[in-house]
Amino acid sequence: MAQYLIKRVLLMIPTLLGVGVLIFFLMRVVPGDIAEIRHAGEGSRVSQEVLQQERELLGLDKPLWHQFGAWIWDVARGDFGVSMWTGRPVLYEISIRFQLSLQVALMATFLAVLLAIPLGTLAALKQDTWVDYLIRVFSIAGLATPSFWLGIIMILGLLVVFGWLPPMEYSPPWEDPWANFTQLIWPILAVGYRYSAMIMRMTRSSVLEVLREDYIRTAHAKGLKEKLILIRHALKNALLPVISVISLELAFLIGGLVVTEQVFNLNGLGRLLVQAIEQRDYTMTQSLVLLTAVFFVLMNFIADILFAWLDPRVRYK
Amino acid sequence: MEVYDYPPPGKEEQTTASRTHWLQRVLRFCRQRPLGAVGGLVFIIMALTAILADFISPYDPLQTNYGAMLLPPSGQHWMGTDAFGRDIFSRIIYGARTALLVGFSAAFFGATLGAFIGVICAYFGGKTDVVIQRFMEILLSFPMIVLALAMMAVLGTGIMNVIVAITIPLVPRSAQIIRSSALSIRNLPYVDAARACGFGHPRIMFRHILPNVVAPYLILLTAYLGGAILTEASLSFLGVGVAEPTPAWGLMLKGAAVTFAESAPWMAIFPGLSISAAVFAFNIFGDSLRDELDPKLRTQ
Repeated sequence: MAQYLIKRVLLMIPTLLGVGVLIFFLMRVVPGDIAEIRHAGEGSRVSQEVLQQERELLGLDKPLWHQFGAWIWDVARGDFGVSMWTGRPVLYEISIRFQLSLQVALMATFLAVLLAIPLGTLAALKQDTWVDYLIRVFSIAGLATPSFWLGIIMILGLLVVFGWLPPMEYSPPWEDPWANFTQLIWPILAVGYRYSAMIMRMTRSSVLEVLREDYIRTAHAKGLKEKLILIRHALKNALLPVISVISLELAFLIGGLVVTEQVFNLNGLGRLLVQAIEQRDYTMTQSLVLLTAVFFVLMNFIADILFAWLDPRVRYK
Repeated sequence: MEVYDYPPPGKEEQTTASRTHWLQRVLRFCRQRPLGAVGGLVFIIMALTAILADFISPYDPLQTNYGAMLLPPSGQHWMGTDAFGRDIFSRIIYGARTALLVGFSAAFFGATLGAFIGVICAYFGGKTDVVIQRFMEILLSFPMIVLALAMMAVLGTGIMNVIVAITIPLVPRSAQIIRSSALSIRNLPYVDAARACGFGHPRIMFRHILPNVVAPYLILLTAYLGGAILTEASLSFLGVGVAEPTPAWGLMLKGAAVTFAESAPWMAIFPGLSISAAVFAFNIFGDSLRDELDPKLRTQ
């Protein structure tokens, strides 16, 4: 087991290095660089010398392999450098937005799980009845509705019905819990609905599969109560694949809420990434993408371990 | 004693037989899976709308009319007009063209490239498999929208570029699933038989293994179709997808639709409804197709 864990951790390194290489060169292929974008407002009056000076200042005049080596070496030592656009440390820029992104991601997950697991189980138990159809239509609708559109409609509804808009400024939950709640509940609902749809579908199919297993029939034959069979025997096994869906989706939520943050005007990590790409802020983009990938790979790893820990059949294989 | 009368196995007989078989299957599908049939119907309607857009749409989707800005839905403009006085109904009709073009192309290329890669990985195994899998893993560790965003930054806006940007994140996802299906086929006796006959690798891979992963391939194709349309809408909404003035549903939700959401809500409601309806129909159709083709894949 220990050997397996070490191997898995070591295998992450080439993957992350690959992500680094990919995003580094992708960004260099993007037309225009930060010097040009920054002086774009001044029209054609900017001389090449000024641009060249700026590039030298940021180290963009050095050969690509040199830039890449320096960046990877710094990252390997935990130094993500400073944002090319604002000049503040990358980690500082990320940390002031991380809290919001993490809060939305965690609360959306909580909401989704709370909604999805009971509904998914119910749909499986009542397979092919109107209850099942209703729940399935509800969940497919969740997958089909773009969360940004749901966001627009929510804001519109609040405005028309209550003549009220959620606060624009983020306040941490321990400072002003009410303001925090009234701002974030809407994006959480919009994201959580879509997210719950995925979990619901997974739960339904997984429970359906487990209910057909022999040991469930045995439990029935023993005369156990329905409730006991469902909770102790069926759900325990059926929720295993659901857990991996949840953990992967959680990783996605932290860096991938690009569009939702745009609609609700939230200053989170997704928005930071869009800005960084627009501004050709190489250090910022590279670090953000790399950190998202780290998070993704780690969640994948945690899901695998959790899986093995919860399911002895996987562990002993 | 009964006399069995076998029809001679003529070519014509065979084609009619296979055609009734095909039609029967469609009819059975409609009877057994009404939800899926409805999804399929919506899909057909949408495809017809996209193809016949020139004949159906009441106005030119690009024609601005500053005398008719932000008009509410009426007999003349069924879904109202936008901030440039363009007819929203016409733009939705032409938007179906964009959505289907992008959705279909991206889903098709994504699933197909992935299928080829998956079959190659499963067939050769060993080092080839490990190297390709590593590379796929790198692509998989980006959230889909992030990878598409980065690709769009490189490529610039435009329909063709959107298709490429959405296709690339789909490839590793498809390759993973097709690879696992192909792995189980690779060890079947008929593959060994083909090898014993002296067939080359490409022939075995693409004539013997590939046709047998068609079921998961079709399932992926329908599943990706909805996802690709959603991603296109998201990219266009962020302003890095399809460029104005091309009619695209995601693009219609951007800018003025939000600014004038209170006074002209029809600008935001109809494009969003179109996206939802289309993706809903594809998903429900794909679900039923999956149940029909391969009940074992339900966990996917």
